[in-house]
Amino acid sequence: MKSSLKVFLKGIIDVSPLMIPVVPFGLIFGVLAIDVGFTPLETMGMSLIVFGGASQIVLLQLFSGGASSLVIISSVGAVNSRHLLYGAVVSEHLSDLKLIWKIIISYFLIDQAYAISNDYLKKNKDQNRYFHLVGAGATCWVIWQSTTFFGIILGAAIPEKLGLSFAVPLTFLALLVNDFRKFINVIIIIISGLVATFGYNFIPFKAYAIVAGLTGLLVAMILTKMIKTNE
Amino acid sequence: MSNWALIIYCGLITYLTRFSMIALIKKEMFNDRVRQVLSYVPSAIFPAIIFPAIFLDNSGSILIEDNPKILAALIATLIGIFSRSIIATIFSGLASYWFLIFVV
Repeated sequence: MKSSLKVFLKGIIDVSPLMIPVVPFGLIFGVLAIDVGFTPLETMGMSLIVFGGASQIVLLQLFSGGASSLVIISSVGAVNSRHLLYGAVVSEHLSDLKLIWKIIISYFLIDQAYAISNDYLKKNKDQNRYFHLVGAGATCWVIWQSTTFFGIILGAAIPEKLGLSFAVPLTFLALLVNDFRKFINVIIIIISGLVATFGYNFIPFKAYAIVAGLTGLLVAMILTKMIKTNE
Repeated sequence: MSNWALIIYCGLITYLTRFSMIALIKKEMFNDRVRQVLSYVPSAIFPAIIFPAIFLDNSGSILIEDNPKILAALIATLIGIFSRSIIATIFSGLASYWFLIFVV
């Protein structure tokens, strides 16, 4: 059995390439949070407490559009629902962990750490294999907190004219790069986008993100069923 | 609700999703059908952030003409399709946006 430190370091090394896109994401978040009107302390608090890129950017976007707290919180929940799928897969490897470790690891269980450690957990059955996930998660944590911090500092220096808020749709667009080639995904993307755009002013409480998301999922249910019956 | 309360609630819901993933959810709880539909969550929800940020102006009205964000987003999408790279997508979109507003 490898030492826990070695497993932890392996987690750091394995996750490092995935950290490259996190750097601009964190910087953009820090810059925009200040731009939208959060204090530096609140912005840092968000990265420390929420520790999730998509959640935090959705929070900013809806906050700046004047959505109510309830709508913001449920939209963040909707964005996170994609994690439930990962849970169904990763829980297999973590089932014999002590509850206290599950409580700690949950904080670090972000997309990148999950993606990289799932492979390791599948292949290794050592008792300390979870340190891989902790190493990967801690790396993401350090990168996310430090880029948020630099974003806050940069925010004051970046002129509004640069239109950096455009980086928000771009980062989410970038998260979908693997879905652009799939027919069903493209249909869902277009329908959800149109519902959100045209419903923006009409859907009450600025709940357009939730309505569009649910419409997209409904389309997914119908399309996957249709394609199945055709086979 | 104060900003801090909002931040803490958003943190709680994010944490609880992650915790329920590893502590409560078992593989058997989802059949293939549910798993299949859940795999479309990003495609269903991210466009709700992407599209309004591109097609709406600051007052919330739809802006098609004289909107450099549309062309820049199209370029970023094309680069994304061919490169499958997150970084290339973000930077090609920003670079073409800056080119359109500062140079053209």
